[in-house]
Amino acid sequence: MKQFVILSGKGGTGKTSIAASFAHLAHSDSVRAVLADADVDAANLELVLSPHVLEQHEFMGGNVAWIDPEKCEGCGLCEQVCRFDAIALKEGNYQVDPIACDGCAACVHQCPTNAIKMEPQLAGHWFRSDSRYGPLFHAALRPAQENSGKLVTLVKQQARLLAMDEQYPLIIVDGPPGIGCPVISAVSGANMALVIAEPTVSGVHDMERALEMTRHFHVPAVVCINKADIFLDGAAQIEEYCQKQNIEVVGRIPFDSTVTEAMVRGEPVTAFRPKSPASISIKQIWQNIVKMMQLD
Amino acid sequence: MRITVASGKGGTGKTTVATSLALSLTTNAADLPPLFLDCDVEAPNAHLFLKPTFENRKDVSLLIPSIDESKCTSCGKCAEVCEYHAIAVLGKNVMVFPKLCHGCGSCTLVCPTKAIKEVPNLLGSLEAGSTASGIQFSRGTLDIGEPMAVPVIRQLKKWSVAQPGQVVVVDAPPGTSCPVVESVRGADFLLLVTEPTPFGLHDLKLAAQVAKELQIPAGVIINRDGIGDTGVEKYCIAVSLPILMRIPYDRAIAEGTARGQTLLEIDPKYTMLFQQLFLEISRIVAQQ
Repeated sequence: MKQFVILSGKGGTGKTSIAASFAHLAHSDSVRAVLADADVDAANLELVLSPHVLEQHEFMGGNVAWIDPEKCEGCGLCEQVCRFDAIALKEGNYQVDPIACDGCAACVHQCPTNAIKMEPQLAGHWFRSDSRYGPLFHAALRPAQENSGKLVTLVKQQARLLAMDEQYPLIIVDGPPGIGCPVISAVSGANMALVIAEPTVSGVHDMERALEMTRHFHVPAVVCINKADIFLDGAAQIEEYCQKQNIEVVGRIPFDSTVTEAMVRGEPVTAFRPKSPASISIKQIWQNIVKMMQLD
Repeated sequence: MRITVASGKGGTGKTTVATSLALSLTTNAADLPPLFLDCDVEAPNAHLFLKPTFENRKDVSLLIPSIDESKCTSCGKCAEVCEYHAIAVLGKNVMVFPKLCHGCGSCTLVCPTKAIKEVPNLLGSLEAGSTASGIQFSRGTLDIGEPMAVPVIRQLKKWSVAQPGQVVVVDAPPGTSCPVVESVRGADFLLLVTEPTPFGLHDLKLAAQVAKELQIPAGVIINRDGIGDTGVEKYCIAVSLPILMRIPYDRAIAEGTARGQTLLEIDPKYTMLFQQLFLEISRIVAQQ
């Protein structure tokens, strides 16, 4: 069983549109794949795959401190030890700002009157669903919650369990933007990463950081350029960087308004307009990846 | 006044809007130029548009435990209190996992033999300088391979202090979880940039929820207006989120921003449009 992850560094470069197209192409090529949406902050794959939810589970995030005003004697030690500026005297009582609280419990262990306890927080939900192109694992982190990396790990773990039980040869992971904790969770254990780069000054900069990150974690990466014709100098810079770093550019997708139209229709572009320029390029990229990952 | 530009979905044009807004506030010589904070420390890009010269640099590190083996009795108290599983005691050995440590200091406080001292663990850097237009520019950068963006953002906000009366423009990362919350905390106004597509709408709803939870007034900019559908507009009307600006989908804008130009440089009419936007935001904030 192999894991394939789609990344970008910069947000909005087309990860989800391409992941949904790959789900469609895998299905039509009879490559059985489990799908995992690892962008738990802003999960969008479900908007294209219209999944039927089979199971819903609660995801408990970190704990948050709560000070019992009955037991608190107002010594203020909790405020002193809190490094997250989450405790302050308000209206005569020490109170915890639940959004600032990191859940470290340092205050709990220091409180001389045992007035503080940790309370678990419902941070979101994760789902096992059936989509038209195969099983989908996805999640919804509640806004302003922590621990998105843990939720990503959980979603991937569930996808992997199913893939092992039912002998799926492939897991396609739609990754989050950035290079921090949820991205590291999304990349961990991947056999290959596809970095979707946009030929803009920002896109080039963030692609370089994403590729440094995959290298750091020893995950082989390839690049595809999306909206490749929007800024030719940018596209040339991407090609040059990849050549120097010995990273293969597996495809170039031209700017194509059918990608947005497909999103509005709630379909992968390769299913909505299989003959459109973007679909033809995405299909070529998919075929390259099938070969490189030896899925055929 | 602190205005934070956020979005939920990535790539909707946060940096384009934030840099254009900041630049529009430098055109009246009488006004104090704004302070700009690039809080998207995983993918910081605003410098590519505002082209500052950096003069100061500071490392960002988190204090993590270092165990003095001569004092340690392997009692295991430190591992017991660590909520992040960043310390493990195996027999006589105490192991610290720096990437899991949040630097809370709880282990240091509970160690009965004072065997723990804290040492800095490098996570990233902060840089500050100014642009030709006078903007005071600061950014944070998370080092490759480091998972925790929040301490970098937190230290950036503490390091870059605004002068009295100075407007602060904050460019936030995408998403809705901890790095976004840290970037948004303390804002007087949240400017949500979205695109009129189902993805844009889905993520705008989440971002609007963040604004609500943090009790910060918010308004919307619809970027690439004309692509997609009317879902975003209907949602904004339904929940009374003001649509403060529409930036049309236009190949010239796409090409200009790809090259690293702000909207003001692509089309001078945006100077006035962003100044009007700022006045409108000031009006909304004053009403709170």
